[in-house]
Amino acid sequence: MFNRFANPNRFLRLSRPLVPVMAWATVLLMAAGLYMTFFTAPADYQQGQSVRIMYVHVPSAWMGLFCYVGMAVAAAVGLIWRHSLADLVAKATAPIGAAFTFLSLVTGSLWGKPMWGTYWVWDARLTSMLVLLFLYLGYMALQNAFDDPERGFKASAILVLVGVINVPIIKFSVDWWNTLHQPASVIKAGGPSIHPSMLWPLLVMSLAFTTYYVWVLLLRVHAEIAASKIRALRMRQASA
Amino acid sequence: MKRKHKRLTFVVIALLLLAGAAALVLTAFEENIVFFHSPTDVVTKHPGPDRRLRLGGLVEEGSVEKEAGSAMVRFRITDLANSVPVVYQGILPDLFREGQGVVAEGRLRDGVFQADGVLAKHDENYMPPEVADALKQSGKWDEMSETMKRQGHVTKDGAK
Repeated sequence: MFNRFANPNRFLRLSRPLVPVMAWATVLLMAAGLYMTFFTAPADYQQGQSVRIMYVHVPSAWMGLFCYVGMAVAAAVGLIWRHSLADLVAKATAPIGAAFTFLSLVTGSLWGKPMWGTYWVWDARLTSMLVLLFLYLGYMALQNAFDDPERGFKASAILVLVGVINVPIIKFSVDWWNTLHQPASVIKAGGPSIHPSMLWPLLVMSLAFTTYYVWVLLLRVHAEIAASKIRALRMRQASA
Repeated sequence: MKRKHKRLTFVVIALLLLAGAAALVLTAFEENIVFFHSPTDVVTKHPGPDRRLRLGGLVEEGSVEKEAGSAMVRFRITDLANSVPVVYQGILPDLFREGQGVVAEGRLRDGVFQADGVLAKHDENYMPPEVADALKQSGKWDEMSETMKRQGHVTKDGAK
C-alpha cells in the first residue's frame, strides 16, 4: 500500500503549486484571446465576420485530439507498467477531451450553416470527429461498468488504444479523401496559409485552451487521488 | 523477458496490426468515403440517372446563367480538366460565385447534372480583405490560386 501511494503523494506535492499558476494563465490568456478574437482580428476576405468562430472551433478541435493522445499515452503507461497514477490521468482527461470535442462539433456546425449551407454532412472529417466523441463516451462508460476499478482501467485502456487509429484518420481525412471540410491551414507543409493577424489570436486561444486543460486535469487528478485514498482507508477498516 | 516487457511488445504489435487492418479497410472503402466526385470521374464513369451522387469542383468562370423571373440557375462545375453542366433551382449559399469551390448533390440525366442541393466549399486560406485585394493587384493572387488548385482538393481526383 505504501509503495502504491508514494508516487501519488510526490505528484501531489509537485503539482499543487501549479494549480493557481494554470488558473491565472487561463484567465489572462482567455481574456487576451477573446479580446483579439472580437476586436483586433480582421474579418476574412471570403467569410466576413463569421470567421471569428474559428478562434473557438479550431482550438477545441485541436484539444479534442490532444486530450485523446494524452489519454492514450497515459492509458498505455497504466496498462504496461501498472502505473496507477497514469490510469488516473487517463480517467481524468476523458471528460475534458469529450467536452472539447463536443464544443468543436457544435461550433463547426454553427459555422457550417452560414458558410457551406448546411449544419452537418457525413464527410470524412466530420464523421471521424464524431467517432472521436463516441470513443470518449465509450471509454467513460466502459471504465465505470466494472465494480473493480483495476479491471475498468484495463478494459478501457484497451479501448482507448484501439481508438488511437482514429487520430491520424481525423488529421489526414481532408488530404486522403474529398471532403466538404477544407484542408489544414496551420499545421501543414509549406507553412500556415492564414494571415498573421488571424494566426496570433488563434495561437493565443489555443494556449488558453491548453492551460485550461492542464488546470482542470490537475484538479481532477487530485480529486481522483483523494477518492482512491478514501477507498483504501475504507477497505482497511472493513478488513480490520 | 519481464512481464512488463511482454505487455509492451504485445501492445506495440497489436497496434501495428490494427493500423495495417485500418489502412486496408479504408483503402477498400475509398469509393464510399469520398464526399463528392470530380467532373473527370463523372465524365469517365458515366453514372446512370438512378444513382444519386455529389459532384464537386470549381464553378467555371463565366458559366453562371440565372434565369430571369425564377430561381433557376445554370452553371458548369470544373476540375480544370473536364467540366459538367449543372441545373439547380433553389437558394444558393452566400459563398457561391464563379471560381468558388462547390459541391452539388443530385443525379446526372443526359449529360446534365440535375442538382437538388448546392453546398459551398471554401479553401484553407484566411486573410483580411485588404490583403486579398493587395494580392490581386500585384498579380500574386492568380499564382496563389493556381498553386492551390494544383495541390488542392478539387483537382485531386481529376489528376489521377
